[in-house]
Amino acid sequence: MWKYRLSALLTLVLGCLLGWYIYNSEVTGSRPFRLGLDLSGGTQLVYKADVSAIPGGDVNESMNALRDTIERRVNIFGVAEPLVQTEKGGTLAGESQQRLIVELPGVTDTERAIAMIGQTPTLEFRMLKEGASVPAEGQSVPDMNALFEPAAVTGKNVERAELQFGQGGGLANEPVVVLHFDSEGKQIFADLTRENVGKIFGIFLDGVPISTPVIREVIPDGTAVISGNFTPDSARELVRNLNYGALPVPIELLTTETVGGTLGAEAVEDGIMAGLWGVGAVILFMLLWYRLPGLIASLALAIYILTSLALFKLIPVTLTAAGIAAFILSIGMAVDANILIFERMKEELKAGKGTQDAIRDGFARAWLSIRDSNISSMITAIILFWFGTSLVKGFALVFGLGVLISMLTAISVSRTFLLALGFAAEKGFARFLFGSGVK
Amino acid sequence: MLIIKYRKVFFALTGILLLLSLASVAFFGLTLGTDFTGGVLAEVRYGADRPGVEELSQSLENAGFTGHIVRESENNAYIIRAGNVSSEVRSKLQDTTSLGNRFPATIERFTEIGPTVGIELRNKSLIALSLVLVCILLYIAFAFRKVSQPVSSWIYGMIALVTLLHDVIVPSGFFALLGYLFGAQVDTLFVTAILTIVGFSIHDTIVVFDRTRENLRINQETRRKEDFEITAGRSLNQTFVRSVNTSVTVLISLGALFFFGPESTQDFALTLIVGIIAGTYSSIALATPLLVAYERWKVKRI
Repeated sequence: MWKYRLSALLTLVLGCLLGWYIYNSEVTGSRPFRLGLDLSGGTQLVYKADVSAIPGGDVNESMNALRDTIERRVNIFGVAEPLVQTEKGGTLAGESQQRLIVELPGVTDTERAIAMIGQTPTLEFRMLKEGASVPAEGQSVPDMNALFEPAAVTGKNVERAELQFGQGGGLANEPVVVLHFDSEGKQIFADLTRENVGKIFGIFLDGVPISTPVIREVIPDGTAVISGNFTPDSARELVRNLNYGALPVPIELLTTETVGGTLGAEAVEDGIMAGLWGVGAVILFMLLWYRLPGLIASLALAIYILTSLALFKLIPVTLTAAGIAAFILSIGMAVDANILIFERMKEELKAGKGTQDAIRDGFARAWLSIRDSNISSMITAIILFWFGTSLVKGFALVFGLGVLISMLTAISVSRTFLLALGFAAEKGFARFLFGSGVK
Repeated sequence: MLIIKYRKVFFALTGILLLLSLASVAFFGLTLGTDFTGGVLAEVRYGADRPGVEELSQSLENAGFTGHIVRESENNAYIIRAGNVSSEVRSKLQDTTSLGNRFPATIERFTEIGPTVGIELRNKSLIALSLVLVCILLYIAFAFRKVSQPVSSWIYGMIALVTLLHDVIVPSGFFALLGYLFGAQVDTLFVTAILTIVGFSIHDTIVVFDRTRENLRINQETRRKEDFEITAGRSLNQTFVRSVNTSVTVLISLGALFFFGPESTQDFALTLIVGIIAGTYSSIALATPLLVAYERWKVKRI
């Protein structure tokens, strides 16, 4: 008895702590709920990358280069917390596809978003104008045309770039990047270097200078060596950018999804409203139908809600409108285990057992049914998660978590509380509280 | 148990319900949504004044949005559906819906899905649906593997499958009607709703069958002779309140979602509501009566 009372007390304290954590992390903003684009407002773009021209082994690398490029491009435009990721998909449509998924929170102008990403990565060469100062590498230059003029050689003339060590005339083992031009580029580059010895040559990827070497001598053989303050890693990255920036992966827009901020905010508000009404009405029903056990089930429901919300923050789960729908649905389903148990308890009471025995037997007998029925819900959740688009995945994850957590809370929490009460509800008012429907 | 005794009445009722649902699907048809066909889905909101449907429709036609459908929505908004468009046409959406600034419009939501993605989602949905049905059938056959007298375990599975079909057909018929009346379209959320219904309704049927299994075992242990019909009826009676109550709490929360929840999940909530009612009905008035009918038929044959 005291063992149960202690656990019940601990459960209550834990519930309060969870509630405090959820409230506090939301108010201070230290760990707010993560909202999907359909709730926070923003744009999601899915592209198909045409990798047919790229040899099989290089596909992953070129996709990574593409991702980095797009990420850089999106960052230049000042989007907060963008998400750029690659995905392999489309096998069910008959062909395997390399995809690029770009999520831009807060960007609600579809056209602007598409324009931001639309072009394929471009490699450019420019010459620094007389007297202009050299801009920092890796940062976008606002007045680029004031500082640089286009060079005769273009990114299309680059055949490939390669990483070498210690041949740039500098220290041994210093990493350098070697550009190889095609036959046309070789000629142009030879002329260009002859006329511009001592000047600064800028290499740009998407308008950002990635290297600004000085032309030291005429280069007739169509190779340019870029030496600078490279680490092996940064040189390797440059080589990758040059190779795949020079041979850009063409991308084609597959799907776009934009949700305005107002619509998202309204959906959140409506979702909270529906949740409150749902919880309130379910609790009212449980109290009216089951009386005291109904109160215990409501407590278990509260613990379930707090645990889920805390987990949504901790995992973290990205909440979408479908996810909120799943959560509200799970509130209705969470009390199912309690209903099963309480109906069993009533039968045991009717059969003339004492209250404590009825509670114990009710729980023990209902367990098999609870387990079996939850397994079928889990099967659905898992298949939905596997099948899902991001929308359906959001539903399936919340639904699956809900089934698992509610099974634990409905059984263990309500059992602890019921036993902790220590009722011997054999007659009178106590019997009334306990034995709804038992004569 | 009343339902067992008058099972033929309930079979007839179920039959009529199924026929009506199938007729609704056949007659109104299930319109595939943007998710599955590819195309454009936009929600456009207006200030105090919004153009008429005809006017907006004409403007869209002129701009090159082919095959569009305009549906009125809450908050002075329209939901527009159309086929895939070129980027040129897409960029004109704002102007087109504002009718040259006469009705300033805000594009609240814009989704465009490419045709290949649509086909992919369609295939995925079909696979998911079959996979759920197969997994659940296997699961039931496994759960009931020890029951064989007087009805063998795979009959339980088959009957569960029949109730599942019922639970899928009824909301589909309802959704076809919804599509006919309000232009609702079958999208990934609809498929999600159907799969959730399947998971939930099987859960209900399992509880009833589980009780039958338990009572059969107790009868065997106590060497009590009882007609299968009586045992099944008693089991149904014992689980009846639980079935109804669980559905009531789920319906309460879905009702809250439908009335107060976000607009984007309203069709979803309504489909679930219909499906849950159908699922509860079938697990009470179809599953056990079928079990008894099968047993009677078997006895008569011998």
